[in-house]
Amino acid sequence: MSRAETTAGPGLQDGEQGQPLVGRQDSGRERLPAPPAPRAGRAVWTLGLFGSELLIVFRRVRTLALLAVLAGVPLLVGIAVRIETRDGSSVGGGDGGGPAFLEQISNNGLFLAFASLAATLPFFLPMAIGVVAGDAVAGEASTGTLRYLLVAPAGRTRLLLAKYASVLTFCVAATLVVVLSAVVVGFSLFPVGDVTLLSGNTVSLSDGILRGLLIALLVASSLIGLAALGLFISTLTDSGIGAMAATVGLLITIQIVNNIPQLHALQPYLFPHYWLSFADVMRAPVIWDGIVKNLALQALYAAVFGSAAWARFTTRDITS
Amino acid sequence: MDQPPAADGQGADVVIETRGLAKQYRGTLAVDGLDLQVPRGSVFGFLGPNGSGKTTTIRMLMGLIEPTAGSARVLGRPMPRSTRSVLPKVGALIEGPALYGFLSGQDNLIRIDAADPTADPRTRKARVGSALDRVGLTAAARKKAKAYSLGMKQRLGLASALLQPRELLVLDEPTNGLDPQGMREIRALVRELAGDGTTVFLSSHLLDEIEQVCSHAAVMARGRLITQGPVADLSAGTRGRLAVTTPDPARATEVLAGHGVTDLVTDPHTGEVTGELPAEPPDLAELNAALVAAGVRVRGFGVQRASLEDAFVALTGEGFDVAG
Ligand SMILES: Nc1ncnc2c1ncn2[C@@H]1O[C@H](COP(=O)(O)OP(=O)(O)OP(=O)(O)O)[C@@H](O)[C@H]1O
Ligand SMILES: [Mg+2]
Repeated sequence: MSRAETTAGPGLQDGEQGQPLVGRQDSGRERLPAPPAPRAGRAVWTLGLFGSELLIVFRRVRTLALLAVLAGVPLLVGIAVRIETRDGSSVGGGDGGGPAFLEQISNNGLFLAFASLAATLPFFLPMAIGVVAGDAVAGEASTGTLRYLLVAPAGRTRLLLAKYASVLTFCVAATLVVVLSAVVVGFSLFPVGDVTLLSGNTVSLSDGILRGLLIALLVASSLIGLAALGLFISTLTDSGIGAMAATVGLLITIQIVNNIPQLHALQPYLFPHYWLSFADVMRAPVIWDGIVKNLALQALYAAVFGSAAWARFTTRDITS
Repeated sequence: MDQPPAADGQGADVVIETRGLAKQYRGTLAVDGLDLQVPRGSVFGFLGPNGSGKTTTIRMLMGLIEPTAGSARVLGRPMPRSTRSVLPKVGALIEGPALYGFLSGQDNLIRIDAADPTADPRTRKARVGSALDRVGLTAAARKKAKAYSLGMKQRLGLASALLQPRELLVLDEPTNGLDPQGMREIRALVRELAGDGTTVFLSSHLLDEIEQVCSHAAVMARGRLITQGPVADLSAGTRGRLAVTTPDPARATEVLAGHGVTDLVTDPHTGEVTGELPAEPPDLAELNAALVAAGVRVRGFGVQRASLEDAFVALTGEGFDVAG
């Protein structure tokens, strides 16, 4: 009896639908080389694993709650500015940390996007990334699903890459949620028109929007280092909550250290140090210095902690 | 990286082979010098008390943990080095099911299937459907997995091992949490899969389950392999006990001892006297006649066939405490 006959349903998966079953011998199957040899198959599978990761990240209620909080920030800022400027006065003293985007909002709704990114980048955005990255491996370890993925077999390197890619996708999605929410709120509450840059020159609205997109890209890229750090922490433990808390705790500590003047010698090596450099896009000409330093620092963090995560995850015992 | 299957002929008829396999967790030696041989086509029962190292062994076979010493070959290839080529042909249930609570049963299986490099995405839906059908979960396929009962979770775990035709199934306590009906279904499923030529490696505490479905068995205790072989040989190793039911146990004990029966025990509740027959047993009819002649009133007389449970207890000891 041929094995293909006895397992009618799944037997189709070798792509042998049209092939007659007669003449196939039981042992013939075992001697065949592994079927999915072609490179194209591998690529499709890798994409499939990545797609599956994305579903896991974005179908979770927790992820949607994080995104909802991020979408709420521009709404709150927008409403606050609107109430404050109802009588025609302007918002006072924009020196509260970020660049002076706040007082421009009432003149141009587009600035709500920049102000919201400046407001969320220090904590809200990276906290969301910390939660998702910290949970990536440790969460699966604590529920035990990690062992089933690995015996599937997902392959440790591939799984880690798919996880990192999905965390980076979340970075982009989270940034876009802030920007889109800010654009919707800003455009509906405030006038929109030509954009006055920080350097004093004025550019057209479309130029302003292009700069806005570049800023969104830079903000998302600013989170690359933290994503790698969170993923590394995630490979260290079997507790999803523990990894999330550790990543977010580390983020807060580093942000505090980054703001203590006495520790300035250390600060250029901290991943959030150049985060607000994105504001330099709003100058003419654009000052690239801080932006390049930020991207280089993120790449360094990604390389160091990405390798550490790989070294740890590919050698570790999965006992959960 | 991957080596071709062993050419010495061993690879063909031995599906799992370990040599001196050992695993030490910080303090404890969980598995110690394990030499296991699982023949192709067998239903292999892997027995042992709690904490004897069954799950640890299975984790090493599946490449989840690195052995401290020794080697393991699965389907003729070394593990954990050949996980990529071996594991697609292996379905596994390890230490109970693990699910994504926020996904439906169906989506859980799709997720696991997407992680398998050899699984064709075009037939995914159909294979998931037939796996759910096989474990009787079709009706609950769209329900969120966190709303599953223990037995339903166990069934879903089994379904994930059946997503593709497999050469080897490794099932760690597959009937844990199932209702009697579910246990019967699983036993039937195991027999059916074995009939198709799949080797089934099955760990369990339920001895009658092993006795009913397994052709071979191995017994572990404190991380060491005590014995392995065909089930029939294992229970044959323990001799049956003579049992006499009588209202005169004291007198019966005297007579039996006089005929060379040893290890005589009287059950205080039933009055049943049991004992070990000597190596060259006397004619049982003569023995019975001797009892009656001595004035012992006999209600029941016979030899109890040794069950696997007797063999198991004889091998692993009566003690209930787990090995530290
Ligand atoms: N992650 C771990 N860290 C330390 N020790 C462990 C770990 N996992 C198992 N052990 C120890 O290894 C030994 C074997 O455990 P294992 O889980 O393999 O037993 P088992 O035979 O599967 O038991 P059960 O029948 O209860 O499932 C036990 O003494 C246990 O305490
Ligand atoms: Mg176990």
